[in-house]
Amino acid sequence: MNIVVCTKQVPGTTDIKIDPETNTLVREGVESIINPFDTYALEEGVRLRERCGGKVIVISMGPPQAEEALRETISLGADEAILISDRAFAGSDTWATSYVLSRAIARIADYDVIICGRQTLDGDTGQVGPELSEMLGIPFVAYVSKVEEIKEGYMKIQRMVEEGYEVIEMTLPAVITVVKEINVPRLPSLRGMAKAKSVQIPVWTAEEIGADGDKAGLSGSPTRVVKIFFPQRTHKSEMLQGSLEEQLDQLVEKLGEVI
Amino acid sequence: MEYFLTEQQKLIKGLARRIAEERILPVRAELDEKEEFPWAIVKDMADADLFRIFIPEQYEGLGEGCFALCIAVEELSRACCGVALTYAADALGAMPILLYGSEEQKQNYLPEIASGARLTGFGLTESQAGSDAAAIKTTATRDGDDYVINGTKQFITNGGEAEIYTIIALTDPLKGIRGASAIIVEKGTPGFTFGKREKKMGIRSSATRELVFHNCRVPKENVVGREGMGFIVTMKTLDTSRPGVGALAVGFAQGALEAAVAHARQRHQFGHPVSAFQAIQHMLANMAMELEAARALVYATAKTIDSGARSYTEEGAMAKVFATDMAMKVTTDAVQVFGGPGYMRDYPVEKMMRDAKINQIYEGTNQVLRNVIALELLKRKALRE
Repeated sequence: MNIVVCTKQVPGTTDIKIDPETNTLVREGVESIINPFDTYALEEGVRLRERCGGKVIVISMGPPQAEEALRETISLGADEAILISDRAFAGSDTWATSYVLSRAIARIADYDVIICGRQTLDGDTGQVGPELSEMLGIPFVAYVSKVEEIKEGYMKIQRMVEEGYEVIEMTLPAVITVVKEINVPRLPSLRGMAKAKSVQIPVWTAEEIGADGDKAGLSGSPTRVVKIFFPQRTHKSEMLQGSLEEQLDQLVEKLGEVI
Repeated sequence: MEYFLTEQQKLIKGLARRIAEERILPVRAELDEKEEFPWAIVKDMADADLFRIFIPEQYEGLGEGCFALCIAVEELSRACCGVALTYAADALGAMPILLYGSEEQKQNYLPEIASGARLTGFGLTESQAGSDAAAIKTTATRDGDDYVINGTKQFITNGGEAEIYTIIALTDPLKGIRGASAIIVEKGTPGFTFGKREKKMGIRSSATRELVFHNCRVPKENVVGREGMGFIVTMKTLDTSRPGVGALAVGFAQGALEAAVAHARQRHQFGHPVSAFQAIQHMLANMAMELEAARALVYATAKTIDSGARSYTEEGAMAKVFATDMAMKVTTDAVQVFGGPGYMRDYPVEKMMRDAKINQIYEGTNQVLRNVIALELLKRKALRE
């Protein structure tokens, strides 16, 4: 069973800065962490490998410094990590990111399950997982909270919905995104940390994954972040006083004013 | 204080601290209250490779020594002595095999101990044989290619939870303690059951139980070292593990000191934080001084062992006695600094004080170990004359 886990390195939550010109995140000089939701994806990948053998390959599209976060995934149990990095990828939106990742996964070729976190901490869109499955033409389920059963070509999972769980059977290969209820990620291991220090992290460029330059990066992104701002809180609340009847009268009066 | 840790030792310290803070701290009070064995945390420690620290590399370990083990024990104990003891007692249980095991025994058991798949225990104490280890009554009678074990071991840490035990039994009762042997017995062996589960004052998450042997048959290959070496195996095992008890003491004393300092700053009386009063300040200062002295002694002893010293009986005893006496005093003073709240279970220091007491008793009472230290001193003097 070969498991591909997609991760992203994101800024530590406390000090996010936005470049006012490009409206993208300032990543220079900011401490980076593995996107917290991705740590659940990684842990689930490692657990699936422990259950049915195979290997866990972590991929991440990002600048060269994303290598550090990839090394950390090795200490947390991943077998291999690959950095997908090229100047041509800079400024990718979720669509372009998914395109690049899908090309990298196509190069890996031999995979059964692709696991992503439900969303990232910085972009918060939750779009990459579903886009990836579309581009690869394989099934997709979001918000997975448990893998009940897994075998060659088949997986039965629980998906968390607002008022309970859905149990879904799906064929493999497939893409799932996981919620944090799925597991408690392990801490790094001492052996893993030693391996993480010495392991070679290959870097795959646009050319190596056969990515079309026009479909990646800022130019390949159909969406643009035009403006980022804190919305102003405009609503205000008012507590009605008096007996229930008095309050109701006031409410009807106020509603009348609005309508 | 700078103790010049290697990169690997720093990693071990950092990881043990994360386990302590993220996995032990949130549940320590509950484990204590329910007297629950910390299996989930044992799994975390195994996943993090903590059980590999004290196992040589050729048996799937990391080949770190006594010092690295002490660092890990100290960090775990800073959050909870009971949980840390489960880990430290596993190292104790592995020690006879590490020190005197045959190549076959090492191949057979050490990799599983290293991975944390199986825990270990060491069985010496009996109801009539505590400080007087020579008074043990458990026998292992040779019968063909087997030994048949009969007797009961008492107060065995990790008892019932561990799967690999090294016990001390008389293979030649006529020779007394010179006729004792160390024998490996695995959980599940017919005739080997577990007796009373002790209800304790402190270290309540740690399992303490009787090992009961009734015509329990094990192959002769399970003897560690040679027949009749049981007493030597025991003494060397305990000499080697005593700095670990010192590290337990340093760990939870550190936890108690930190709690006391935080409380003293935050608790106001007479319009000032109580930390402004000299009476409190001097208590805190004494706690910090004695704690650091104990830490330095424990570390120096562990490094002495790691250096390949042949005998370290005296050093091991000193580290254990000094650190555990210190920890009893520091935790008692921590409760005093807390005042009334410190006596209540809502705060962590009363548990630390309860946990402290056993450390002056197990693995050689502090009185017997003072005898050991004095004997070594006097022997040396006599040899020079």
